[in-house]
Amino acid sequence: MNTIVEPTIFELSSPGRTGVSLPKTDVPEPERLHSQFERKSELDWPEAAEIDVMRHFVRISVLNHHIEKGIYPLGSCTMKYNPKVNEQAARLPGFAEIHPEASEEDVQGALKLMHELASFLAEIGGVDVVTLQPSAGAQGELVGLLLMRAHHGGRKNRKRNQIIIPDSAHGTNPASVTTAGFETVQIASGADGRVSLEKLKEALSERTAGMMLTNPNTLGLFEKNILDICRLVHEAGGLMYMDGANLNALMGIVKPGDLGFDIVHFNLHKTFSTPHGGGGPGAGAVGVKAFLEPYLPNPRVEKIDKKGKDWYRFTESKKSIGKVHSAFGNFGVLVRAYTYIRTLGAEGLSEVSENAILNANYLFARIKDYYDVPYPGFCQHEFVLSGNRQKAKGVRTMDIAKRLLDFGVHAPTAYFPLIVPEALMIEPTETESRESVDYLAEAFIQIAKEAETDPEKVKKAPHTTPVGRLDEVKAARDLDIAYHK
Amino acid sequence: MSYVPNTDADRKKMLEVIGVSRFEDLLDAVPDEVRLKQPLKLPPPASELELFADLRKLSRQNVPVSVSNSFLGGGFYDHFTPAAADFIIRRPEFLTSYTPYQAEVAQGTLQVIYEFQSLVCALTKMEAANASLYDGASAVAEAALMAAHATERKEILVTEGLNPNYLAVLETYITGGAYQVRSIPLGPSGQIEPEMLKKAISERTAALILQTPNFFGCLEEAKELEPIVHTVGAKLVAVFDPISLGMVMPPGEFNADIAVAEGQSLGVPISYGGPAVGLFAAKKELVRRMPGRIAARSTDAEGKIGYVLTLQTREQHIRRDKATSNICTNQGLMATLSTVFMSLVGKQGLLQMARLSYAKAHYTAALLESKGFKRVYPAPFFKEFALELPVPASKVVSRLRKSNIVPGIDLGKYDKKRKNQLLIAVTEKKLRADIESLAEGMSFFRPQAGSGIAPERKLEAAGQV
Repeated sequence: MNTIVEPTIFELSSPGRTGVSLPKTDVPEPERLHSQFERKSELDWPEAAEIDVMRHFVRISVLNHHIEKGIYPLGSCTMKYNPKVNEQAARLPGFAEIHPEASEEDVQGALKLMHELASFLAEIGGVDVVTLQPSAGAQGELVGLLLMRAHHGGRKNRKRNQIIIPDSAHGTNPASVTTAGFETVQIASGADGRVSLEKLKEALSERTAGMMLTNPNTLGLFEKNILDICRLVHEAGGLMYMDGANLNALMGIVKPGDLGFDIVHFNLHKTFSTPHGGGGPGAGAVGVKAFLEPYLPNPRVEKIDKKGKDWYRFTESKKSIGKVHSAFGNFGVLVRAYTYIRTLGAEGLSEVSENAILNANYLFARIKDYYDVPYPGFCQHEFVLSGNRQKAKGVRTMDIAKRLLDFGVHAPTAYFPLIVPEALMIEPTETESRESVDYLAEAFIQIAKEAETDPEKVKKAPHTTPVGRLDEVKAARDLDIAYHK
Repeated sequence: MSYVPNTDADRKKMLEVIGVSRFEDLLDAVPDEVRLKQPLKLPPPASELELFADLRKLSRQNVPVSVSNSFLGGGFYDHFTPAAADFIIRRPEFLTSYTPYQAEVAQGTLQVIYEFQSLVCALTKMEAANASLYDGASAVAEAALMAAHATERKEILVTEGLNPNYLAVLETYITGGAYQVRSIPLGPSGQIEPEMLKKAISERTAALILQTPNFFGCLEEAKELEPIVHTVGAKLVAVFDPISLGMVMPPGEFNADIAVAEGQSLGVPISYGGPAVGLFAAKKELVRRMPGRIAARSTDAEGKIGYVLTLQTREQHIRRDKATSNICTNQGLMATLSTVFMSLVGKQGLLQMARLSYAKAHYTAALLESKGFKRVYPAPFFKEFALELPVPASKVVSRLRKSNIVPGIDLGKYDKKRKNQLLIAVTEKKLRADIESLAEGMSFFRPQAGSGIAPERKLEAAGQV
C-alpha cells in the first residue's frame, strides 16, 4: 500500500465549494454563444474553500529546501539571498499593474527604469548597449547567437556556421547553438581545466562564426589566457560570447568587454539576486559592443530631450534580429535587479564578488583534503571536487549529494561539468556567513568519513527528508504526469 | 548594503585558513592588465528608506490599469485575482528555491508542477502539459518547432488572426532553420474560411497555428478546420485564451495536437508584460518531443508517493546539441501562482469569470453599436472585439486619455491599414459604469450616418435575448 505525504488539490475537492467570490452581473444577459463554440465537457478543476487551498499549498511548501532555510550551494546557479525590498518594489502598483500596450506617456517611470538598468549592466559588463528582452539565460544565448548570424551576413552566409564550445560548458550552450541553426564544435579542455590554445587553434577556421565561453568557467577557474583566446577567435573572423552564468565572480574586478568579449549575457536571477522561484522567472539581458547594436531585438528604450526634459521612448532598428518576448521581457525581474544594483552601488557589487570568491576558496581549503581535487589552485566563486575516492568504497557522488540533504543543506550541482568524473560543483555565494560555510564544510567532512566507516549510511541517504529516493525509471515508464480520478 | 554578513575579522580568519595574506592573491589567474583600476561608474549605494521612496516616485510616473478605466488586452488581460494567490508565492519555500534537482527536498515545487500540469490538462482537455514556458510568444514558437520536428516538414502556416507579437517571436525563433512561415488572411467574417485553408495547406505544411479567439477577438470554426489540417498530415496548434475555456470549446475537444497560451490571465500580475507564463500542452504521443520540464508521480523505496522530474533525456543538460529545445529556467513561480489561482477559482469560478467577461464585453459592443459604431468583424467573440472608427484610433486614444479612459489598442500600431480600428477588451472587473463612461467618451466620435434603427432599441434587443 502506498502512503502519501499530502494528497493533490484534486483529492481535496468537494462539490459546491469555492475559494473565490465574484460579483453578480450588472449588465443585461447577452445572446448565448453558438453551440459549435461552446465547451462540451465539464471542467475537472477542484472545488475547494480558501482555507483548504491555503492549507494544501502551505503544507506542500514546507517540503521544500530554500535559501531562507539553509545554504544552497548549487554550482553555477548562484543561490544567494534574495532581498525582500526587491519584492516590495516589484509589487508597487505602478510596476505590477501596467499594461504593455499602454501609451508611452503612461509608462515613463517603467521606461526610465529599463533605460537606467540597461546602462548599469553595460557598465558592469564593459559593453556599449544592452537589451533587457530575453527571459532567461538560455534565451539570451539564443539572442547572442542570432546576433552573430546577423553580423556574418545572415542566413545567406552558410559558410560561417560553427560555434566553438569547450567541453566544460553548460548544456544550454550547445542546445542554443542548434536552435540558432549553427553547428557545435566541442573542444577538449586542457590539463589545467582551461581552454587549450592548441585545441582552439585546431578548431578555428573560416567556418568559425564564434565561440561561447563561460568565464570563470564551470570549474570555477578564470580563463588565464582569455586575451589570447579572444585575439585568436577575432583573427579567425569569429565573435566572442560570454555566458554570464558566473558573472558573480567578476564585478568590480574585471569587465567582460575589456577581456575581448563582443557579447555577454547577464543572469539577473543569479548575479543580481532576483529569486529563482522554484525554476524561474529569470531574465537574461544581453550586452554587446557598439557594432552589434543595430541587430539587437526590437524594441529598445532610448532617452531623448523633449522640450528640455528627459523623455523615454521605444525605438526600433530595421536590421534587428526581431522580437523574443510577447512584450518587453520579464519586467518584474528587471525591477528587482534595478533595486538590487541601486542598493549596492559599485562598492557593494565589488564586495559581492570578493566575498563570493573568498567563501568559495575558504570552503575549498576546508574540505579539499577529504575529496579528490581535479584542478588544484585557487578557484573563483565556485569549485569542483570529484567523488572518485569515495567511489572506490562504493559511495557515489549521488549518494554524497543525498546524504548532504540530511544535514539541512542543499546538495551541490552533481555530475557536472561532464569532464570531471563523479563531479560535485560547489558555489557557496557571498551571502553565506563564515559559520554557515563552516557548517557545510563539517557536513562534507563527516560524509567523507562516513564513506570510509559506514558507507551504507551514505548509500541509503537521505534519511530525514519527507520522501526517500524516488523511482525515476518507474516515473518515466508509467508517465503519470497529470491527475486522473 | 551588500547583504554580505562576513566582517573584516571573519575575512582575516578565512584568508588564514586559505593560507594567503590578502584577497588579491586569490586572483592570480586574472591578467593584471585587465584588472579594473577604477570603481564601476554606478549611482552611489542607497539606503532602503531612500531607495524605496525613489522607486515609489518612479512607479507613480506610470498609470496602472487599476487607476485608469482601461480596456487594453491583446494578450494581457486585467482579470480578477484572489488575494490568497500572491500570499502563497511570497513564501520563501516557493520563492527562493530552484529547479527541483534534488527531489527529496523539493516535493513542494514538484507537486505544484504536477498539479499545474493536471490543471492545464483539465482546462484544455489535452493529455500532457509541461511545467511552463516563458510566455505566450515563446510557447507558440516552441510549438511550431516541435510540430516541424515531429512532421519533418518546414512550412508553418499561421493566420492573420495570430497575435502579431507571437508572430514576431516565431519569426525570430525559426531563423535558425530553413523554415518558412506563411500567413492565411481572415475572411470578411473575421475567421479563417475552410476554402482558404484548403488552398493554402499542403503536404509540406508542418502545422497550422490557429489562435481562437483570434487577435481581433473572433472565435474560429476550429472544428471545421481541424480535418483539413489532419488530412494533409499536419499538426494543429491551437492558441487559446485560458479564461475563455470556462465556456469556450477547449483545444482537446476539436482535436488539436498542441495547445499553447499566454497564462498571465490565471492570476499573474500584468507587470508590463512579464514575467508571464507560457502554457504548453500536447497529445500524449508527442510528450517525448515536448520542450521544458515535466514532473511525474512515482514512489520511493518504502512506497511513499512522491514527484520527480522526468523524461530529462529530452533536456539540454543531458542531450546538449541534440536537445528538443534550449529552454532551461522557465517561469516556475508564475506557474505556482497560477496553480493556486486555478485551485481557488475552481470549476465554478472559471465558468463565472468567463460568463461575466462575455456578458460585459457583449454589453460594451452593443452599447457602442447603439451609438452607430460597427465592429470590424461580425464573427462571434468572447471578451474582445475590434471596432471600426471614423477617425484614426490614435486620436480616440489621446482624447479619452484626458478623461482617464484607455479605450483599447490602436491597431494601426501593428498594421497601418488598420489605423482606424480599435481593439477593445472587457473582463469581469469592468463595472457597468466603466463601460458606460467608455461609450460616453466614444460618442464624441460617433459616425454621422444613421443606422436605421434607434440606438436604444438595438441595445434593448441585445439585452432581451
